[in-house]
Amino acid sequence: MNSTFTTSGSDKKGCTTTMSIKRLRTVAALSAVVALALSACGGNGGDDNANGTGGGAKNEFNAALTEVVNPSDKKGGTVKMGHSDTWDSLDPGETYYGYAWNFARLYGRSLLMFKPAPGKAANELVPDLAEGLGVPTDGGKTWTYKIRKGVKFEDGTEVKAKDVKYAVLRSTDKETFPNGPAYFEAFLNLPAGYKGPYKSKGVNTDSAISTPDDYTIVFHLKNGFGGFDYLAQLAQTMPVPEAKDTGAKYRNTIVSSGPYKFANLQPDKSFELVRNDQWDQATDPNRKALPDKYEVALKVNADDIDNRVISGDLDIDVSGTGVQPASLSKVLTDPALKAQADNATLARLWYTSVNPTVPPLNNVECRRAIQYAMDKTSYQTAYGGPFSGGDLATTVMPPLVPGYEKFDLYPAGPDSKGDLDKAKESLTKCGQPNGFATNMAYRSDRPREKATAEAFQQALKRVGINLTLKGYPSGDYFSQYAGNPPFVVANKIGLATNGWGADWNDGFGFLSQIVDSRVIRATGGSSNTSVRLPDVDKMLDAALAETDTAKREKLWSPIDKRVMEEAVIYPGVYAKSLLLRPKNLTNVFVSDAFNMYDYLTLGVK
Amino acid sequence: MGKIEGRSLGQIAWMRLKRDKVAIAGFVVIVLLILMAVFANLIIKLIGHPPNEFNQDLIDTAGGTLAPLGKFGGMSWDHPFGVEPVNGRDIMSRVIYGSRISLLIAFFATLLSVAIGTTMGIVAGFFGGWVDALISRLMDVFLAFPLLVFAIALAGVVPDDAFGLQGDSLRIVLLIFIIGFFNWPYIGRIVRGQTISLREREFVDAARSLGARRPYILFTELLPNLIAPILVYATLLIPTNILFEAALSFLGVGVRAPTATWGGMLSDAVTFYTMPHFMLWPGLAIFITVLAFNLFGDGLRDALDPRSR
Repeated sequence: MNSTFTTSGSDKKGCTTTMSIKRLRTVAALSAVVALALSACGGNGGDDNANGTGGGAKNEFNAALTEVVNPSDKKGGTVKMGHSDTWDSLDPGETYYGYAWNFARLYGRSLLMFKPAPGKAANELVPDLAEGLGVPTDGGKTWTYKIRKGVKFEDGTEVKAKDVKYAVLRSTDKETFPNGPAYFEAFLNLPAGYKGPYKSKGVNTDSAISTPDDYTIVFHLKNGFGGFDYLAQLAQTMPVPEAKDTGAKYRNTIVSSGPYKFANLQPDKSFELVRNDQWDQATDPNRKALPDKYEVALKVNADDIDNRVISGDLDIDVSGTGVQPASLSKVLTDPALKAQADNATLARLWYTSVNPTVPPLNNVECRRAIQYAMDKTSYQTAYGGPFSGGDLATTVMPPLVPGYEKFDLYPAGPDSKGDLDKAKESLTKCGQPNGFATNMAYRSDRPREKATAEAFQQALKRVGINLTLKGYPSGDYFSQYAGNPPFVVANKIGLATNGWGADWNDGFGFLSQIVDSRVIRATGGSSNTSVRLPDVDKMLDAALAETDTAKREKLWSPIDKRVMEEAVIYPGVYAKSLLLRPKNLTNVFVSDAFNMYDYLTLGVK
Repeated sequence: MGKIEGRSLGQIAWMRLKRDKVAIAGFVVIVLLILMAVFANLIIKLIGHPPNEFNQDLIDTAGGTLAPLGKFGGMSWDHPFGVEPVNGRDIMSRVIYGSRISLLIAFFATLLSVAIGTTMGIVAGFFGGWVDALISRLMDVFLAFPLLVFAIALAGVVPDDAFGLQGDSLRIVLLIFIIGFFNWPYIGRIVRGQTISLREREFVDAARSLGARRPYILFTELLPNLIAPILVYATLLIPTNILFEAALSFLGVGVRAPTATWGGMLSDAVTFYTMPHFMLWPGLAIFITVLAFNLFGDGLRDALDPRSR
């Protein structure tokens, strides 16, 4: 069957996209077809498949970024994963890491999910527990989802709309679940003073979420929000049976609604996922559920994980952040190892805040001088170079975020080492022709930020801007130091290293927390310290209310440009990471939605 | 007939010390280290590069490994110890500059410990009674103090501008205070014990019966006899303090970036443990310095107090 498909179409991406979307929207039970479509598209490069598993991309550097490596439908086997630390929480209502959301789909089903497909196709939302995408009414204030019939928890009871409603409501209790995202409580029209189902027992919450019947759930928002479908893909919408909820302890007693359930859970040590016999392939078009078992070892030394993945003893570093600096040179200098690696791009920007509250940086020309004077390549090197660091950035939005437009307001010269003439020109316009002195904050326990601060000091010295470096502990970095506006002014923190990654690949998800001046808190705690532009706030509001995706995406880049005109952010690098591709697994590809290997489709050779 | 000349205690000790080749070697190394630290600026100007200067053209940025280009960590006549990965700073210059911070802090912290310890020890041993009890308990408290935890906390809490100082000078003074102020009980106990045994000796009794006052007895009769143990202990305390300063810098609570310190360089090197040269030079510098002080200290003790052999 593979061979019939391998000869169809030459454009792999187009093939995967069109085929699976159309069918997803028409038929309900087509898991087999989608599986074929995926492996067929992956199979296009199968001229030289030496491994005999049915073609797929060649085992070469970056192969899994755009194609499926080792496509296969073989069931069975065990996927072995390692983690250098442990989950913030396995509870889908609380966890707030990309890898955890990627992984949670093995034991839970959210209303929607990012399509498990290589490359850009993964940015598309597809229904999971829901039958289709959300239907907005009332200008994006009401969103309705139909839930699939026949989906069961691991104990055999059917998943109903009330289980989803309960899951979302419990996640709004931030005293019980302090780590989780706080989008639902911000957007839903909850009764005043509502504190979640544990503390506000018996309170009628139909003003926020109503369930007209067992298979329909309706979300009622305070204001119109065009991007609500992105919230419906959060792990917080994975159903939780109220009768089995144990609050903060539920993280160790999770009731699965996906193809796998927990076994041998030893907190901070290890756990396993084994097959959930109540899961029915007929209700699930997205999952293949090929392996019989997942074994996850926690608190393993990070360098040890790299070495074991290289040797094949472990399959994947589950945290998906890329190899450690020590393994970097090993992987990049050995052609065989390099062929076994993928250089994934992240929807993350490493940047430096340029605080207009600290004179003379209150003058835009002085801020522009910094934009011109900085040696962009040294920023990149500080973050680990072109492979584990990232690409030189000139905008606030990274290219992965839909709506990104390339522009460069402050060209840093032909070698990207800075344009000193322009910098001096700006300094003269600012009234500081001989430069000035200011301070730069960085997180002292992050070697890359320390290297960045040192790079700034060296580069800016060339035009007479003298920096004093001040390292602060990362735990309190935003609450006490660089994110605390009075502290910034009192200690003259002109520059502060910073970084931001989107919760999901969307302009709102990326920009809202770092360019909206209304998130700045006088008591500290916000990542945004430097962008205080009323017109940007207005532009954000306009974009937020737009329910048409295509129109909305066009509204982000002008915001980006406006921020760069004011030079209140120095964009450093669009982050990348060097991932080690598992040797013994099948259906391996990097998902643009998670910027790491997609954990839903993996199989064992 | 030749005149029979009496030899003073110091002359005898010096004769013994001269015969101890190992101790002399240690002494020579110490002198060289001090000269290197004092003339660091001059040395760098003549043969080196500024310690914080980036040389990113010497780093493999294109290949992405960020390792120094060339063999053995980028060693060359221009950069005899090689360069750091990532930013290409000259390791030799940084090691030479690092000696300043290490020696400065170790010397002054030792001086502080010796000053406090000697005073407290003499007072406790000479006066005895409740004074002795009070000071001895105070020493117990200080010895039981979780110094490292306190040092980390204090270095984190003290702002950038305090006590009229700021930046590096503030950090150096802070480190001298932390290391020096909490190490005095060790020397204090030794001095107290020696004082107790000395104060009952005949020459002190004689001075007392001749009507000498307490300050005279303390400073003229007792102190000269305590010089030997104090000197020996101080030489052995310096290497301990060098290691402690390195440990604090390693933990990131020492002098701030980009100022070079040996401990800080080691800390930077940890993430690049596959490039051993980066760790080798600052490690070697600490090793040689500590060894030199220890060898000299041992020799000095043997020379001043042959019975301890």
